Amino acid sequence: MKHSMLKKLALLGLAGVMAIAAGCSNGSDNSANSNEAKIALLTTTTGGAAAYGESIKAGAELAVSEINADANAVKINLLVEDTKGDKNEAINAINKVISKDKVVGVIGPMLSGEMMAAGPVANKSKVVALGTSTTAEGITDIGDYIFRNAVPESLAVDTAIKEAHKTLGFKTAAIMYSNNNDQMVSVNKTAEKALKEAGVQIIDTETFADKDTDFSAQLTKIQQLKPDVIVVASLYQEGALIMKKMREMGMNQPVIGSNGFNSPEFIKIAGSAADGVIVGTPWFPNKDDQKVRDFRKAYAAKYGKEPDQFAAQAYDAVYMYESALKKSGSTTDREKFREALKNIADFVGVTGQFKFNEKGDPNMEVQVLQIRNGQFDALQK
Amino acid sequence: MFLQQLVNGLTLGSLYAVLAIGLTLVFGVLNIINMAHGGIFMIGAFVGLFMVTVFNVNIFVALIVAMAVGAVLGYVLEFVALRPLRKKKVSHLAPLISTIGVSIFIESLALLLWGPQTRSFPPDYIGGLIDFGAFKISMVQIIGLGVSIVLMVLLNFVIKKTKIGKAIRAVSLSTETAALLGINPTMVISITVMIASALGAAAGVLVGLSFNAIEPTMGVIIGFKGLAVLILGGLGNITGAMVGGFILGVAEVFSVAYGASTFRDAVAFGMIILLLFWRPQGLFGSKDKGGRP
Repeated sequence: MKHSMLKKLALLGLAGVMAIAAGCSNGSDNSANSNEAKIALLTTTTGGAAAYGESIKAGAELAVSEINADANAVKINLLVEDTKGDKNEAINAINKVISKDKVVGVIGPMLSGEMMAAGPVANKSKVVALGTSTTAEGITDIGDYIFRNAVPESLAVDTAIKEAHKTLGFKTAAIMYSNNNDQMVSVNKTAEKALKEAGVQIIDTETFADKDTDFSAQLTKIQQLKPDVIVVASLYQEGALIMKKMREMGMNQPVIGSNGFNSPEFIKIAGSAADGVIVGTPWFPNKDDQKVRDFRKAYAAKYGKEPDQFAAQAYDAVYMYESALKKSGSTTDREKFREALKNIADFVGVTGQFKFNEKGDPNMEVQVLQIRNGQFDALQK
Repeated sequence: MFLQQLVNGLTLGSLYAVLAIGLTLVFGVLNIINMAHGGIFMIGAFVGLFMVTVFNVNIFVALIVAMAVGAVLGYVLEFVALRPLRKKKVSHLAPLISTIGVSIFIESLALLLWGPQTRSFPPDYIGGLIDFGAFKISMVQIIGLGVSIVLMVLLNFVIKKTKIGKAIRAVSLSTETAALLGINPTMVISITVMIASALGAAAGVLVGLSFNAIEPTMGVIIGFKGLAVLILGGLGNITGAMVGGFILGVAEVFSVAYGASTFRDAVAFGMIILLLFWRPQGLFGSKDKGGRP
């Protein structure tokens, strides 16, 4: 008797939850008005890479709130989906926003691996997906509907290595990369190529895995070989731990870092050990530019912290979408939107002048910066 | 370089050992694998960190507080996830699943409370690198290695010489017989899980201090390493867990030093598989007692 009562109660509860859920989805359908463009942001707000995702979300939401406050702009309804840094979650999320929410375009997913999995879905459905942090090789080869304003790692790391070589003139290098991360494996290839082209001898290559915390064995080995410079390809977390251990062991070589080293989180964790790190990035916070100053001010006022590269690129992506929507003259036509986005020209964002090349990759200038006293600064000898 | 890498390996190994002892203690008494151990390990790391950053206490005080919190969590774990199942005499799989549940709960709670970002002890909190010529050792490594060894010696003493240690060994041999001889198995089991969890929390503080990466999912991967050590040393065997921990640590470091870092885990775990072919009961387990001491 008691059990059947419980069962009934549970069923009732379940029905209630479902009714509420149904009510919610109805509500959101009704509230969508035709002047508003629905855009999905696929990012990672939980899990290991969440700090990047939080920045991306913050940058995009700041742009949306500015755009929606502007009477002349196309209003944007931003749907944020958490993909948890997981390929399957990314596929589920992109399916949901394309077929159920019927968005006009997608920003994200965040990680290159997720884009490799979810990008083909968007491409097949003929919906634009633009990656703001998908820096691995081959992202835009997925298809005509895949774009990115993320500077491909091949360009950023290549420029950083070549500029650093010009300024510092090193002769030998060691590479460390995460071998269970698609993106870092591709950075390793880029770095090998760039170093060879610059005439630098690679004397050692060491690997680790994402989420590793002990790097003493690899670093002890590198220390013995005394390279002039070390190239590290990792997310910011492992990067910061590597820098700390390296400086603790008394290795004072300059380090050329991959994309992950651009995050203020990296400097926060690594502290003074971050000094001497060289990165190639589209985002230079200390640039003498009114747009950059305004963005930093607005971001700091809203979130109480400095924007990083990921926030800046997401911010630019939303503005780019707005400008393409305006040109296409529709808030729902996915085909017109793609045409307008592809042919975007003279767009100037906080990461500088921007347009796409014929593959959908960015055509923009890369800055090479060096961390000094915990700040990103221009590269010097 | 050999000596330097040996020091690196022993430091890493000592941390694996402390972690694995907690697992092996619980296995010895309850015959279950405590999947929540990694979660308690993570909480230990956070407690140690907050003691140092918020309350500005000395690392040893922080360690003791973390162990106390670990012990309390251990009691709660036993009370909530293990005791009710034991009373119902369900299969051994049920407590395994319930501890997985507890571990997911702890991890999610930590994510909610502290967020996903990695935290670390203040820079230069325990600085200093001592140069012995042939190898260098940092203060952090000395503390990690020293505390681990002290904890292992203490535990050995408790298990071998004290009354409660004898009770724990009796229960691990046979719960029913121990109960007949006037031992209260429920209490002994609670105490065992508490000691094990305190050790797990201590390992958390030491790992947090050594590698400076404290975040809610830190217990997952290292938890699997702990399981490997548990099996390598012989299920439920404390000496086995100690030796196994050092072997795994040294093997991992040496496979990087003299092989390729790509094969780090493959070499270490491949070696465990080979060892198990030779001694399926683990290094120190005995055949007839299913590997228990």
